[in-house]
Amino acid sequence: MDARYCEAMPLSRRGLLGAGLSFFAWAHMPKVASAASARDPRFLTIILRGAMDGLSAVAPVADPDYAALREGMALTREGESAGLPLDGFFVLHPSMKTFARLYAEKKGLVIHAAATPYRERSHFDGQDVLETGLPGVGKVETGWLNRALLALPKGERLPQLGALGVGISTPLVLRGSAPVMGWAPQRLAETNDDLARRVLDLYTHRDPALARALKAGLTADDLARGGAAMASGGGDPGMMARAATGAARLMMKEEGPRVAVLSFDGWDTHANQGGVRGRLADLLGGLDGAFAAFEREFGEAWKETAILVITEFGRTARINGTEGSDHGTATVAFLVGGAVRGGRILADWPGLKMPQLHEGRDLRATTDLRAVIKGVLAGHLGLSPAVLGETIFPGSALVKPVPDLVI
Amino acid sequence: MARPESPFQIGIQRFGLGAGPASRERLGPDIRAALLDEIRPESARIQGEGLPTTARGIQIVTQIEDKRRMEREARRQVAQQAPATPAIGEDAPGAMAAAGMQSNPPANPPPDPEAVRLRDVLHVDVKARIDHGLAAPAGFAERWVLFWSNHFCIALRRGQLMQGVAGPYEREAIRPHVFGRFADLLVAVETHPAMLHYLDQRQSIGPNSPAGQRRRRGLNENLAREILELHTLGVGGGYNQADVTAFARALTGWSITGFEENIDGYGAFVFAPNRHEPGPQQVLGRAYGQDGKEKGLAILRDLARHPSTARFLATKIARHFVADSPPPALVAALEAEFRKSDGDLAALARALVTHPESLVAPPAKIRTPYEFLLASLRATGAPADRIPALANALNLMGQPLWNPPGPNGFPDDEASLVAPKAIKTRLEFALQVARPLGGRIDPRELAEVLLGEALSTETRQAIARAETRPQGLALLLMAPEFQRR
Repeated sequence: MDARYCEAMPLSRRGLLGAGLSFFAWAHMPKVASAASARDPRFLTIILRGAMDGLSAVAPVADPDYAALREGMALTREGESAGLPLDGFFVLHPSMKTFARLYAEKKGLVIHAAATPYRERSHFDGQDVLETGLPGVGKVETGWLNRALLALPKGERLPQLGALGVGISTPLVLRGSAPVMGWAPQRLAETNDDLARRVLDLYTHRDPALARALKAGLTADDLARGGAAMASGGGDPGMMARAATGAARLMMKEEGPRVAVLSFDGWDTHANQGGVRGRLADLLGGLDGAFAAFEREFGEAWKETAILVITEFGRTARINGTEGSDHGTATVAFLVGGAVRGGRILADWPGLKMPQLHEGRDLRATTDLRAVIKGVLAGHLGLSPAVLGETIFPGSALVKPVPDLVI
Repeated sequence: MARPESPFQIGIQRFGLGAGPASRERLGPDIRAALLDEIRPESARIQGEGLPTTARGIQIVTQIEDKRRMEREARRQVAQQAPATPAIGEDAPGAMAAAGMQSNPPANPPPDPEAVRLRDVLHVDVKARIDHGLAAPAGFAERWVLFWSNHFCIALRRGQLMQGVAGPYEREAIRPHVFGRFADLLVAVETHPAMLHYLDQRQSIGPNSPAGQRRRRGLNENLAREILELHTLGVGGGYNQADVTAFARALTGWSITGFEENIDGYGAFVFAPNRHEPGPQQVLGRAYGQDGKEKGLAILRDLARHPSTARFLATKIARHFVADSPPPALVAALEAEFRKSDGDLAALARALVTHPESLVAPPAKIRTPYEFLLASLRATGAPADRIPALANALNLMGQPLWNPPGPNGFPDDEASLVAPKAIKTRLEFALQVARPLGGRIDPRELAEVLLGEALSTETRQAIARAETRPQGLALLLMAPEFQRR
């Protein structure tokens, strides 16, 4: 195994995997693989933690109420704030040039006004619902993707190759008894500008002495880096492409995993979110860079790849008093890859007039995100609606998988 | 919902090492009782398999140094021979090739395995100390040890030898005595090889001793001065330069076996009569005419019960545990207890935690980096298995373990600890602890359990609004309620 990918993990399950990829390479494996079909699909889930603002990523420029709600940061069809064209009703954020091209090539799909069943506004609980696949907040220690791997036929190669969690710890969506390995690009652990901003804010309210010291420490750091990191807030756009490149290379190894989860932090844009340029633009550009990296690294395997991008909830329809947006409800999900039936936007658009908004403030959810995930799992990994409705997403039998998402 | 736990949170943070998720249940509602329960000699002791004695520590360091010296010598000889070889002429090609190999070492030589081993010697003790702190119920005994260990600090920067003795010193000289008599602690410390080495006592020679007459070397006042200034009376405690010099003369001959003497093994206190300044000494107005090492010991015992010592220690303890400007009543009570009990440190510890002012809010001190590190691990249950990383974190946060900048130890006051780089580094450490724990801990619940009534609305909100659980956990560790005690 390539030593670069071998990072000692403190948790036992991941420690087991520290032994290397060969852990998965049982002697009988190649035979099983050759006996099965020649298909060798890759499936990635990217979780955007912090609640990505769907109305900025894919803006409903033709909705008559959009521009007023997003005054100062709204995208337009033309001019300085122009987004990239999609279907005439929506435009794509101009930072996402790769996705725009893939959409044009019918390899990129947008699902709008989607949300999990969760209707409160806590990141932790929202992410729990997103990752456990439960209808609400509950204490389940396994994620839907791990349960999906367990539900695949035992003889299949894909579940036996295990799954990859990119990051310091295994994301909840991937926790469970199916084998999981961990890998992290080194820089991943160092991105803490957003945390610094939050701690500084807390100190400013509670402890002036600590606030002064931390502010001075951060300013010195900032000067050393020659940038205005504090102003830009959270996330590390460049990290996303690095993480994607590393993950893709692991997934291209003969005995490497075929399923992976990446989670990117920093999407909680309460202040100075920005429009065409700014904090969110940088993040979306970083995500777009990850798409480009996957396409490049996968090469021939790209045509059997599906990448699902989801976030715990959306943000308020109207911008707040600090040029940002607060926790909301429905948002956008992306599906991208050579195996995706793209070039479409799936949206039962609820409208942005006050009575149309959820609780008078959020984009209303018209698509259950579970239906989208189920559609991908059914189409790409071949899981049956019955299993999806019972063990993968318990109690969701009535939420039908969206058909025809993948080839 | 008003809850009565606030004294618990203050008690376990101010006098202990911080709460874990199960601490309230384990220790019960009466935090004072839990603190008092730790005032037992065995709570302060570390007895671990494989922990070296001072003698063994010195032996390991000496062996490593000897081996290195021999290797250096061997390399020097090869280097000196190399240029001479081509001059011989006849068998030049082979010889030149060999010489060329020798004179071009690889650009990145592999790490010296012995350097790793030396650090490992130290890290065995670092791990034992951290594990002991994590296992402590409330951690008062350990905090009491940390106070005295810093009061009687030694420093790794004093040389290789300290790597081998820093850990044994604390285990042998400090821990067994922190709930005994101050006089015994003082004698154990000042006669320990680590201290004799650190404060240059083993170089000190009485000018009129046989050795002094022969070798024309003399007195080193360092240990005598620091005992008076830092360990007992304190600055302004009523001594002058004549006292320092006389005390230094009395201490001549106090040394370590295995160095100059090369007698029966390594690393024990030894009194070398041929270096001892003959004759009586006058210290603080009293004449000391005892023989040999008894002279120095008698002075130490008198210093231990000196009124200035009682005042100096009472003030320093109250400052360390309670506030930079501690309540005068608390200082007075500690001073009175020290004198009344003739320096009984268990009685002093009891007086500290039972004083009416001892659990009064709000917290006025900030946790030291070491306290913060232990509190973070105790709060989160994060494993302490990567000792080099933890040691490095302490370095970066400004409190390298057993390596204070000077013999006055690490500062613990607000102005010293609340510094830009230090606080920024705490932030990085908090994230380092929180990230690997992933979503396994709900920081909202943990904040309630750890901080109880002391949890502020702002902190509760900041944690609840965090983008991810690890970020919320890092926020909890960085919250003023967690940083201060």
